[in-house]
Amino acid sequence: MLHLILFSVFGLICVAGAVNLLVQSHPINSALSLVVVMGSLAVEYLLLGAEFVAAVQVIVYAGAVMVLFVFVIMLLNAGAEEHTKGSIIALALGVPGMLIAAILIAWVLVTKSGIHPLSLNALPGHPKDIAQLLFHDFLLPFEVTSILVLIAIMGSVVLASRPEAIEHSKKES
Amino acid sequence: MVPLSYYLVLSGILFTCGVAGFLIKRNIITIFMSIELMLNGVNLSFVAFAAQWHSLSGQVFVFFVMVVAAAEAAVGLAIIIAVYRTRATLNVDKVDLLKL
Repeated sequence: MLHLILFSVFGLICVAGAVNLLVQSHPINSALSLVVVMGSLAVEYLLLGAEFVAAVQVIVYAGAVMVLFVFVIMLLNAGAEEHTKGSIIALALGVPGMLIAAILIAWVLVTKSGIHPLSLNALPGHPKDIAQLLFHDFLLPFEVTSILVLIAIMGSVVLASRPEAIEHSKKES
Repeated sequence: MVPLSYYLVLSGILFTCGVAGFLIKRNIITIFMSIELMLNGVNLSFVAFAAQWHSLSGQVFVFFVMVVAAAEAAVGLAIIIAVYRTRATLNVDKVDLLKL
C-alpha cells in the first residue's frame, strides 16, 4: 500500500514536471522542471529496488547533464521562446490522434500485461552484482562505450571551438 | 504492490511528453531537453522490466543509455553553440539553410 502511494505521488510529480516542461516558454524554467522529473524518477527507481541506478540518475542526469544544459542556456543568454505560426490541420488532427493513441496503448498495457505485482526490494540492485555483470558479461559493449565517449569529447571540443582559432592553429602548424 | 503496467504507463506518458515537446517547441535547447525526457521514459521501462524478470541486465542497459545520453548532450550542446555563433538565433524555424 505504501509502495502504491509513493509510486502515485512521485509519478504525479514526474508527469507534472514533464507537462510543465512543455508549457513553459523560457528554457531555464523547462530545464528546472526537467530536474524535477529526473529527481522523482530516481525515487521510482528506488521503489523498483534499483538503488545504484537511482544514485547514478541523481548524480549523472540531475547533476552533470542538467548543469551542462543550464550552463549553455546562461552562456547563450537564451530568452523566451518566439512563437511562430503553426499548422491548424496538424493541431486539429494531431491532438485527438495523440490522445487516442495514448489511451489505446495504456489500455493494452493495463489489461493485457496481467497484474503481476512487483514486490518491493525484489531485486538486489547491489553495485557489486552490477559491476560483475558490467565488467564480465558486458565487457565488450563497455569498452566500445569508452571509444564513443572519447569521440564525443573530441567532437564537442572541435564543434564548440571558434573557427578563427582553428584557422590560426592551421597556419602555425 | 504496484503492477508492472503502471510503470509502463508512466514511462509511456513521459515518452509521449518528450515527443510532443520535440514537435511543438521552437527553441532548440528545449527540443534537446525533450529528447532527454524521452530517454528517461525508456530508462524507467528498462528498470521496471529488470525488476519484473529478476534480471540485472536491464539496469546495466540503463547505464549504457545514460552514457549515450551524456555523450549526446555534450555533442548536441556544442552543435547548439556553433549554430548560435553562425545564425545568432535559437529558433529552429529560422535555421533552415544548410549553408549561409
